[in-house]
Amino acid sequence: MRIGLVLTGLILLIIAIGPLLAPHSHSAIVGAPYQPPSSLAMLGTDYLGEDVLSRVLEGGRSIVWVSFVGTLLGVGVGSAIGMTAAYSGGVVDEVLMRAMDVLRAFPPMVLILLLVSMAQAELALMPLIVAIAWVPQVARVAYGAAKEVVAREFVESAETLGASRLRIVRREVLPNVMTPLMVEFGLRLTWSIGIVTTMSFLGVGLQPPAADWGLMIRENYQGLALQPWGVVVPALCVAAFTFGTNLMAEGFARTVARVSPAAETPKEVTV
Amino acid sequence: MDGRFSGSRRLWLVRRLLLGAAVVLLVSVLVFAATQVLPGDPARAVLGHDATPESVAALRAELGLDRPLISQYLAWLGHIVTGDLGQSLVTREPVAALIGDRTINSAVLVVISAAIVVPLSVFVGALAGRRRDRKFDKAMLVVTLGLTALPEAIIALLLVILFSTSVLRLLPGTVLLGPGQNPLGQPAQLVLPVAALVLGVLPYLSRLVRGSVIDVYESEYVRIARLKGVPERVVLRRHVLSNALVPAIQGTALALAYLTGGVVVVEQVFNYPGLGTTLVDAVNNRDFPVIQMVCLVFAACYVIFNLLGDVLTVYVTPRLRTAGQ
Repeated sequence: MRIGLVLTGLILLIIAIGPLLAPHSHSAIVGAPYQPPSSLAMLGTDYLGEDVLSRVLEGGRSIVWVSFVGTLLGVGVGSAIGMTAAYSGGVVDEVLMRAMDVLRAFPPMVLILLLVSMAQAELALMPLIVAIAWVPQVARVAYGAAKEVVAREFVESAETLGASRLRIVRREVLPNVMTPLMVEFGLRLTWSIGIVTTMSFLGVGLQPPAADWGLMIRENYQGLALQPWGVVVPALCVAAFTFGTNLMAEGFARTVARVSPAAETPKEVTV
Repeated sequence: MDGRFSGSRRLWLVRRLLLGAAVVLLVSVLVFAATQVLPGDPARAVLGHDATPESVAALRAELGLDRPLISQYLAWLGHIVTGDLGQSLVTREPVAALIGDRTINSAVLVVISAAIVVPLSVFVGALAGRRRDRKFDKAMLVVTLGLTALPEAIIALLLVILFSTSVLRLLPGTVLLGPGQNPLGQPAQLVLPVAALVLGVLPYLSRLVRGSVIDVYESEYVRIARLKGVPERVVLRRHVLSNALVPAIQGTALALAYLTGGVVVVEQVFNYPGLGTTLVDAVNNRDFPVIQMVCLVFAACYVIFNLLGDVLTVYVTPRLRTAGQ
């Protein structure tokens, strides 16, 4: 967990102050394409002759905000659907969860590619697409967790008091499934970082001339044998980032399981 | 086995199969809706902004966009069911010919990876579970934690960097296959793509096996077997490994499902001519007939593998055999 914190902090630090340290503009041509490291460009140049180091220092921003907003949105909407289905039961339950089954019938990356083909590759749409890919998976987890909660007495007593559906889901169900949802958020965040990078790598994410780690890997991949740094450094940045967030998420999940084993599988709560 | 349950189990199985078929049908509606009922005009998206109104209208008629949606969908579905998959908008090739070879290429990749990763996971998982909290187990925990964190694209890239370009030059980092060429004829080219896929599934599957091995070791009957003086070797073979096969069998189906998604990215890294690269190219070119079919194939495989996983889980887990009652 501590290693995860350090790694994530380090990457976030690069992302935050990197642009201030960048020796060149991320889209300035500083030399011939695929030049090895020199005093002018410490990590060499990329496929156009831009400075690899400057682009690495600027290339993490979009990954951070797209994956964070996308995960937040996906976990939020997914858990709202899962909890509503679990609490409502009956037709609402069937319709919502079967719709989720249909979305889960695609491997996530295929669903994302299908969604991209509907829209143009626009930066503002990326978090939305990432979110839609997570909604069905999160809905299932939230559904499972909420199903146990809705059967309990305090939900029934709230119903007796005449509380509305929205109020019961928000005030009675949500606090009781918060822990598994937070664990879910941590794990999904790691995968979102991977997915956002992969989207740019596949050419359906950020577009040139943006500086982005995934896009850099795509652009400089052809020259890997000539000038590896344009691929190796962004790839290692992503690896360190996902490794760090994953260690943090795992650490959090373990801590939660140790501190309150009941939190993960809520059974009896005295009201 | 238990004859008492077979009737209800068959009913459950039929219900699951029908549900799976319904999901695939709904997937086809979704794929159709996503690619045909666009906010913009797909004909214009394909032809570009400088297309003449006549050519746009001609393509709209060719794609059937001037008819009502339901009849468009039914006609589309009818064509697919009768084997007419349409034409690529970009190369004008029939879609069936375009994706036929590539489906086989991807299947080769998936099957070989599954054939390696399942036994490997059982071995690694059983070893780690048997010596729980010892050196090997702890080392595996770190390795699996690291591997689950890394996106497949990065795993594949690091393999290319390590083994085929910058560090060592042992294996080819790109796959060169002509159309219709058998990928098995070039085994060296398959090593790295398969390795990337195996490393993507191994952590999950080996932890599944490890967990069930630990469960068996802590069970009553293993303790009794030991108390009876059964040698450790026999305990391992008779009780532990045979029980570890349960997650291995269900894990195989899940691994196949996971690999189906994994090929999309891994193929791209190695430029492997499979369904994944076809899909990525088609999305970048807005080649809708190809996108539709490839998405349908992926979804159908994914549904089948997941269904297989559910069914096998119920069939190999004794206490679940009454499922559906």
